[in-house]
Amino acid sequence: MTDAVASVRLSRGPWATALRKLSRDNAAMVCLAVFCLIVILCLLAPAYASFANTDPFRSTLDATVEINGQQVPVMEQSTEGLGLGYTPIGPTWRLGSYFLGADNQGRDVMARLLYGGRNSLLIAGAATIITLVIATIVGLTAGFFGGITDTILSRILDVLWAFPVYLLAISLSIVLIAQGIDLGLIVLEAGSLWLPIFIIGIVYIPYIARPVRGQVLALRQSEFVLAAIGLGVPEHRILLRDILPNISTTLIVFAPLMLAINMLTEAALSFLSIGVQPPDASWGTIIQDGQGLLYTRPWVALAPGIAIALTVLVLNVLGDGLRDALDPRSKIRLGGD
Amino acid sequence: MLLALIRRFGQMVFVMFGISVLVFLIFFVTPGADPAARIAGRNASPETLEAVRKSFGFDQPIWIQYLTMMKKIFITQDLTSFVNRGWKVVPAVFDTIPVTLSLVIGAAVLWVVFGMLVGILAAATRGSIIDKALMAFGLIGCAMPVFWLGEVMNLITQSRYHDTWLFSWVPPLGYKPLSQDPKGWFLTLVIPWITLAILYIGLYGRVLRASLIEAMQEDYIRTARAKGLSETRILLRHALRTSLISFVTLFGLDFGALVGGAALLTEVVFGLQGVGKLTYDGLQNLDLPIIMTTVIYASFFVVLANALVDIVYILLDPRVRSA
Repeated sequence: MTDAVASVRLSRGPWATALRKLSRDNAAMVCLAVFCLIVILCLLAPAYASFANTDPFRSTLDATVEINGQQVPVMEQSTEGLGLGYTPIGPTWRLGSYFLGADNQGRDVMARLLYGGRNSLLIAGAATIITLVIATIVGLTAGFFGGITDTILSRILDVLWAFPVYLLAISLSIVLIAQGIDLGLIVLEAGSLWLPIFIIGIVYIPYIARPVRGQVLALRQSEFVLAAIGLGVPEHRILLRDILPNISTTLIVFAPLMLAINMLTEAALSFLSIGVQPPDASWGTIIQDGQGLLYTRPWVALAPGIAIALTVLVLNVLGDGLRDALDPRSKIRLGGD
Repeated sequence: MLLALIRRFGQMVFVMFGISVLVFLIFFVTPGADPAARIAGRNASPETLEAVRKSFGFDQPIWIQYLTMMKKIFITQDLTSFVNRGWKVVPAVFDTIPVTLSLVIGAAVLWVVFGMLVGILAAATRGSIIDKALMAFGLIGCAMPVFWLGEVMNLITQSRYHDTWLFSWVPPLGYKPLSQDPKGWFLTLVIPWITLAILYIGLYGRVLRASLIEAMQEDYIRTARAKGLSETRILLRHALRTSLISFVTLFGLDFGALVGGAALLTEVVFGLQGVGKLTYDGLQNLDLPIIMTTVIYASFFVVLANALVDIVYILLDPRVRSA
């Protein structure tokens, strides 16, 4: 009796085993810590803005800042050419007073970077959830019910999958960004953050739904599912209790990789001015703001790019670690562009 | 085999049809605003709106609208822009194709060569510091947004270090046609090629390394070792051959994806007047006919490229033929 209890205690469930494996993966743990740090810093954006006493969404062309006891204007009259343009102040490297300098409207780049990070993370996160939920529903339905349902859903997925991601996103954005969309149940207003979330969430559905469908097709033929069908277990119960737990590892492994790809897509769309709309910021829009100042004040564009690259890097390593911990055999591709 | 070819061809035609319907639905049927107002662009006059309505047949049933649009894009190719009045967009798209192909093909050559080098070197020195460094650089390469890397490249080569011996040869941004100025064509494209290739070298190096390491566990590698072949020969002549399959599949997909995405961002940053830059300009001017045309032609190109890769597989690999 005592022996049996002891052995029960010793054998861990699959989740506990995976968690132990993950916690031993130093690279993945460091990346998890860095990612949490990035999220916390971005959430603290309002605190930084009030500490720096700046409004990152209003242009302030006549502000001054104290450096070494002297008042320096944030926007300096250009000395080159006709002297008509203004050059914003460069990085002071002092927290609270234009740490990374100002952009072409005199706004504190550091404060905008933190606020932009909130939007970038929010869009990427919400889009990931939309993709995973819809793709799981589509993949489960197509794979489990088969027949005409599967044929129709698979053909739709084929078309979406073959449609280049950026071109699909551009087509949706150009139509939606100016007027928004009213689908009765869902109303997305122009300029709302939900538009890029919705667009990015849609374009990647086939990348998850296709592998999920394949897995469900295989599980459908497995003995334990056939046994459940034979016992007369209702279909919704088989789907939820037998099949969903078996594909959950795939979904968990996909989540950080999807988040990374979505960060890059959000940045690209915002850079093309069809993502986050001004005066709101995201890392992509700040890079676009910095494009005009590239040769004079490069840090406006450099800082958000480094932030994106760092976030995507830690998410990719975390995804690799999760994959090794949960399912060493699966092969999942990293996103590249 | 003929059946497999016909099936693949049928699938391609279906996907093309699906994409054309989807584009039509997005641009003409999406609720929210009058499609004529979208196509006419910002602050269009009532006369322009009327002209758009007539030209696209918005008073007619929806399937006639679809056929009208397809006819304008593919058959008569007389779709005109209403933002730049009378500008025929289909020939404009064709004019920009050489620029995009120059960019993508050059970058592809670079990333295939260096991706293979990185993958083979990392697999051969598995676990060593070289392997770890290469893989770390690869990860950083795939994490950077391509347009940002392009800006950093511009900052280095056009501004900060332009006057040093290293980058003084870099010409100003822009594109020179190959037929008129081969040297200028090459020089202006070197930096964009490198920028685009950096993103993919890491990815391809990682994929090839993983697949080589997997192949090295196979029985035929043990046989080759037992025959007394050198490790180099085993790696290059035995393991690499099977590993290249995944490499080629990936290449087919990415080459297509590039035409429809990453190349667009690279063209914008480097001021190369390709299909992507044309789409970008259309976005900035809210010129929908140009975007419709580039989206449809680029997507069709991608679908065609993917189908060609699969057809080559059917011809080469006996296992795929019967499937």
